[in-house]
Amino acid sequence: MFTLTVNGQSHLVDVPEQMPLLWVLRDHLNLVGTKYGCGVAQCGACTVHVGGNPTRSCQLTIGDVGTRAVVTIEGIGDAPNGAKIQKAWLEASVPQCGYCQAGQIMSATALLNSTPQPDDSDIDAAMAGNLCRCGTYIRVRQAIKNAAAKPA
Amino acid sequence: MANIQSNFAQSDAYLSALIREVHATPVAPVIGRRGFFKLAGAGAAGLVLGFQLGDAAFAAENDAAADGAIQTMNAFIRVASNNTITIYSKCPEIGQGIKTSFGVIIADELDADWNHVVMEQADINPKVYGSQGAGGSTSIPRAWDQLRQAGAGAKAMLIAAAAKQWEVDPRQITARDSVLTHAASGKSATYGSLAAEAAKMPVPDAKGLKLKTRAEYRLIGKGFHGVDDPKVVTGQPLFGIDVQRPGMVYATYTKCPAAGGKVRSFNVDEIKAERGVIDAFALTGTGLMAEAMPGVAIIAKDTWSAFQAQKKLKVDWDLSEASQDSTSRFSEEAKKIAMSFPQKADENIGDVDKAFAAAAKTVEAYYEYPFAAHAPLEPMNTTAHWHDGIVEMWVPTQQPDRGLPSIAKAAGLPEDKIVLHQTRVGGGFGRRLVNDYACEAAAISRKVDGPVKLQWTREDDFAHDFYRPAGYHQFKGAIDGNGRLDAWREHFITFTADGKKEASGANLTDNIKFSIKAPNLRRGTTMFPLRIPTGAWRAPGDNAQVFAEQCFMHEMSSVAGRDHVEFLLEAVNRDVPELAPKDKSVNFSPKRVSDVIKMCADKAGWGKTAPKGSGLGLAWCYSHAGHVAQAVELSVDANKRIKIERIVVVLDVGPIIDMTGSQAQAQGASTDALSTAMGLKINIENGRIKELNYNAYPVLRMPFAPMTIDAYFIQSDNPPTGMGEPAFPALAAALGNAIFAATGERVRRLPLRDLGYSLAI
Repeated sequence: MFTLTVNGQSHLVDVPEQMPLLWVLRDHLNLVGTKYGCGVAQCGACTVHVGGNPTRSCQLTIGDVGTRAVVTIEGIGDAPNGAKIQKAWLEASVPQCGYCQAGQIMSATALLNSTPQPDDSDIDAAMAGNLCRCGTYIRVRQAIKNAAAKPA
Repeated sequence: MANIQSNFAQSDAYLSALIREVHATPVAPVIGRRGFFKLAGAGAAGLVLGFQLGDAAFAAENDAAADGAIQTMNAFIRVASNNTITIYSKCPEIGQGIKTSFGVIIADELDADWNHVVMEQADINPKVYGSQGAGGSTSIPRAWDQLRQAGAGAKAMLIAAAAKQWEVDPRQITARDSVLTHAASGKSATYGSLAAEAAKMPVPDAKGLKLKTRAEYRLIGKGFHGVDDPKVVTGQPLFGIDVQRPGMVYATYTKCPAAGGKVRSFNVDEIKAERGVIDAFALTGTGLMAEAMPGVAIIAKDTWSAFQAQKKLKVDWDLSEASQDSTSRFSEEAKKIAMSFPQKADENIGDVDKAFAAAAKTVEAYYEYPFAAHAPLEPMNTTAHWHDGIVEMWVPTQQPDRGLPSIAKAAGLPEDKIVLHQTRVGGGFGRRLVNDYACEAAAISRKVDGPVKLQWTREDDFAHDFYRPAGYHQFKGAIDGNGRLDAWREHFITFTADGKKEASGANLTDNIKFSIKAPNLRRGTTMFPLRIPTGAWRAPGDNAQVFAEQCFMHEMSSVAGRDHVEFLLEAVNRDVPELAPKDKSVNFSPKRVSDVIKMCADKAGWGKTAPKGSGLGLAWCYSHAGHVAQAVELSVDANKRIKIERIVVVLDVGPIIDMTGSQAQAQGASTDALSTAMGLKINIENGRIKELNYNAYPVLRMPFAPMTIDAYFIQSDNPPTGMGEPAFPALAAALGNAIFAATGERVRRLPLRDLGYSLAI
């Protein structure tokens, strides 16, 4: 039995300690916004924030989460940078199929949290782990810049 | 052996039929031929319209809304008394933006207020909706007339209701933003307030409806945000993988890593004892790749438990019918036989031998490209629930309507016992034209008490795809004394599943055949037998063949010492009657090709002097009814690192429905094409796929993505055609031609990373 804080809410989950956070969120907490894409931290679709850091939830076991707070795509809009990024995503019409976008938004929000005015190389570094099979990178980059340009 | 061959061939025939269908010129939509029908059983709440046959669900819905709060105008449109208009999108949303575009088309003819339109996914009912697939960039051209008639028909009924109420001439009533107005009397009313009466009006004859001209569009052609975007960016459930049902259990399905293998036995007791596992059993399936192959299902209480148990699975595979294909062997063999032109030519126009003998110059070259996986980011999945004698399913598929018979067969039930719900699809690229995973889920559901979600792993997805086939082209071309393209000989080496014709997606496309207008032309084909299933991969055939054809075209113009753009324009405008499309409905137009080439050359700054190490390449294609030219400007350093300076794409796909979405498709397809040309390759060894995850299959990432891709559209009055595919094929050829311009080195083999090239950050 584990106590997990997700998006400010505390949950008790009865799962094996080796279960990755991704599947706890999806199958046990019904938070399906965080996506399964590769299972080996190659695609970034499962990115969430753990203790404020962007983390591939397919690689972090529930046993290793500890007391750190988890924020997912369902909750990121409650934080100013998350809301800003989501709005920028809508304004730039970033999504195509949309499947990778939760992970892209989580990585982009973490980038703005650490680097409020990212340049292209900051964006490259922060977003390199998030695959988009549809090729929305141009709009992802633009949306991050647009969000950064908005007042906090 | 005959039986095995027949199984492979049958499966391949299904896929080939799909590809032919999605390649086919749009057929007249159902509504155009049959007109509107009144539905039987429409209750007192109002008249319900269908387009072909009655649909009880719609009638029942109006009955249920006894207070008349919501009126179903037809299978596409519902109008609520609060003036909210719900529009049903009949085709799958796979990222091509169809749910937005379909709404825009209907809303424009309906003169609806877009801000109060809600888009919903229609369930699968081909009897009501006609074609409900998403493939071959055909959703728009197939639905164009049908959707406009749906909007115009509903509007005519609203106007008729107002005219009756106000006792005025309906021709004097104008519609705008979901409000009808009669200027002379000053009367006006919202659609919502008129809906109940409108539903009782006579159904207009589809043929009598006056549709808008381009100048009258209020919505079509503008830019729109994707209708599902707010849900996407907040992580709301949308995709097949997101489906949750009460009491749901989770399944994996493990098939033989070498295509065609069968289960002899597996460690069933050990698997059943794994933590979280509920059941494990083998299925024989239908034996067809495109349906359900033999395998082992593991049912568990969550996805991770199913995945963990799958890792412990030990299956004794019967490999007697399994693939032993090897891609390295195909490559070697193809190279060996390339120079031996087949005795029998598929096409033979003029006299190539005479032309070669008389030629001012001749050129020979050999091109090669590999197998490729689709690898959409949402791994295959389906949720299925066998209850009350039916199987209810939630399927992320591109081809729900065509999938129905296969799914029913796999479930062992008649088609009318299968209820399919469409979900948003996390990437199609042609992969989900095949419903194999849905067939598996249907078969599994029959053995499970309650709803079950079949979830493939990423490794399952790579190992059991319907791959873009490799291909090998040996060319010889001739330039005449005037520097013109005079002869083209091509030995195309490809694959066959049935030993008779090319495997699905492995034929030289008609698009290519229309496009190379050499007065002397000879083509022949050699086919290697193949057991690995192939299929439709974004712009099937064109996606790699255009690379070979248009790069060789550049070799010809270079050897001729001609300006490439001039050479291309001259060639495409040659009159070679044998190469003109036989089917008059094919919209291939040398004029439209010329226009996109000229505009692309202009926008890309064709003819300007490039600094050393830099180059500009241009290529064109006719693909999926779109006329396209693409240009790539790049530089290459001493370590073969390519810096993409600029990509220009010019398309003529008729009028644009959603400019924002069309720009996205042009940019996305170009990016996908760059990604694929640079790095993507599937190797097969002894029937087994070597690349099983993204670490071995380097889809382009942010640091290497172009900073801009400039897309331009030539908007004509021709009927609109699709945007999902046309911006893919010419990019790799433009890239190859640009590398030659920059370095003098010809790239004749994909992916370019195999030749030492990489993209610079």
